[in-house]
Amino acid sequence: MIRVLDPGPQTTVQDAGRRGQLRYGIPPSGPVDARSFTLANRLVDNADGEAALEFTLIGPRLRVEAPCTAAVTGAAAPVTVNDAPAPAWTTLTLAAGDVLRIGPARAGVRGYVAFAGGIDVPPVLGSRATYLRGRLGGLEGRALRRDDVLRLGPASPAPRRAVRPDAIPDWQESPALRVVLGPQADRFTDEGIAAFLGGVYEVLPQSDRMGARLQGPRIAHARGHDIISDGVALGAVQVPGDGQPIVLLVDRQSTGGYTKIATVCSFDIPRVGQAKPGQRIRFSAIDVREAQRLSRAAAADIANVELQEIAS
Amino acid sequence: MRFLPAGDLALSVELGDDISVDVNTRVRALEFLIGQKALRGVVETVPSYRALLVYYDPGVVGYDALCAALGGLAEQAGATAMPPAREVELPCCYGGELGPDLAGAARRLDLSPDELVRLHAGAEYLVYFIGFTPGLPYMTGAPERLTIARLDTPRVKVPAGSVGIGGTQCCVYSVESPGGFWLLGRTPLRLYDPGAPEPILLRPGDRVRFRRIDRPEFDDIAARVAAGEFQPVIR
Repeated sequence: MIRVLDPGPQTTVQDAGRRGQLRYGIPPSGPVDARSFTLANRLVDNADGEAALEFTLIGPRLRVEAPCTAAVTGAAAPVTVNDAPAPAWTTLTLAAGDVLRIGPARAGVRGYVAFAGGIDVPPVLGSRATYLRGRLGGLEGRALRRDDVLRLGPASPAPRRAVRPDAIPDWQESPALRVVLGPQADRFTDEGIAAFLGGVYEVLPQSDRMGARLQGPRIAHARGHDIISDGVALGAVQVPGDGQPIVLLVDRQSTGGYTKIATVCSFDIPRVGQAKPGQRIRFSAIDVREAQRLSRAAAADIANVELQEIAS
Repeated sequence: MRFLPAGDLALSVELGDDISVDVNTRVRALEFLIGQKALRGVVETVPSYRALLVYYDPGVVGYDALCAALGGLAEQAGATAMPPAREVELPCCYGGELGPDLAGAARRLDLSPDELVRLHAGAEYLVYFIGFTPGLPYMTGAPERLTIARLDTPRVKVPAGSVGIGGTQCCVYSVESPGGFWLLGRTPLRLYDPGAPEPILLRPGDRVRFRRIDRPEFDDIAARVAAGEFQPVIR
């Protein structure tokens, strides 16, 4: 059992996400940075999609009421156990009464705290993921509050392991995010597309799990900014009338009526979600076949991330 | 028919350029056939007016192969392919504080409020798709006489259950949200209820009719809905 001493600004229960509900207007939710989330689960010997916590900018302070193993990944933030520094991206062995605290993120936005056995909340529509706007799933459909108690599923102690340093992303780097142009690239002028691919965009503070709002060179439409409403994919770069792009994330609206110039590839979504307000983003276009080759390579890469054994 | 990539995990199939029952029926039929044939690699689908967004696993099927398979299925996608539509009755209390724009819309359309209600409740509406917010139906079906430009100034907050018209469309707000439709009334049913075993009431392809109710019946049904004791009329 875990007791929440301080939840931080927004900490939610997330699993791999809710499938098959977009046709009813319910987004998948789940982690914004699926790679860090998966690695947190691997470190505590959970299945990849087991429910864990996602925090935002500042981590929670949690007291464990029984011995367990935990791991913190994602945003770079100081981790302490009973006020003593503890490593992130590493299996932590905790005793009853231990207080795990994660401080403000130095780099990145979203962090993950996984516990062996996973967070045991009732699945809703097949998933434990929290959809905040819809008050669905997770713990009563909401972010954690002080004095919440989280139950864990059954688990055996996990071996102590760490993610190799070269597999830990540096969130301060701003590599160009790879996009596939479309579905509505033909609704923009050549200058508009050139502005989008050549410009530098700054992440705005209004960004959330629904979408990352960006500010930069205006992207000009060719024939107005409204389309006949259609489905909105993960990573869709929506451009409303003001010409400023919004990258849609895991809690996005299922359909929408704005033009979408491009779609950020799934393997670069963690970079979008981890870019802090004020951080700069650039885009580069690749074709759909190249995107799929890189997508398969990213899936193989995460399957092969080696965890180093640590002597305890 | 057009195929458009939507990143590495999704593609959009556009089956027409307009909002029409015919095009939307083919979109829903294509979705139905994908499910029936259990098309390899498809993860989930999202129908809209004239397009189907297909989410897939590029580890199982690539863009070109999936486009080819979908193209074959789209040829067979017509009205006959689908099972019969459900008919859903939505009780609706028109006018008063629950329908604050009834009088204004009637004036704009040069009708009496009563005629407007009779026309609105007398029509059958097709749910083209569900989207934007959980459980929100995109519907048409009102007589042409009820076509009306949207509100000049959209409301910041429209209560859940509000029944509105705008353009040729009819909408039932599923959660409290901003909105630019003329609010004619409100249904006591919940189109989205996160606490219910089945949170979503309407589905793409449903046929919807509004049944005019008075305020006491609205309050009675609302109380039974809150207690989980109301069974919506679905045929």
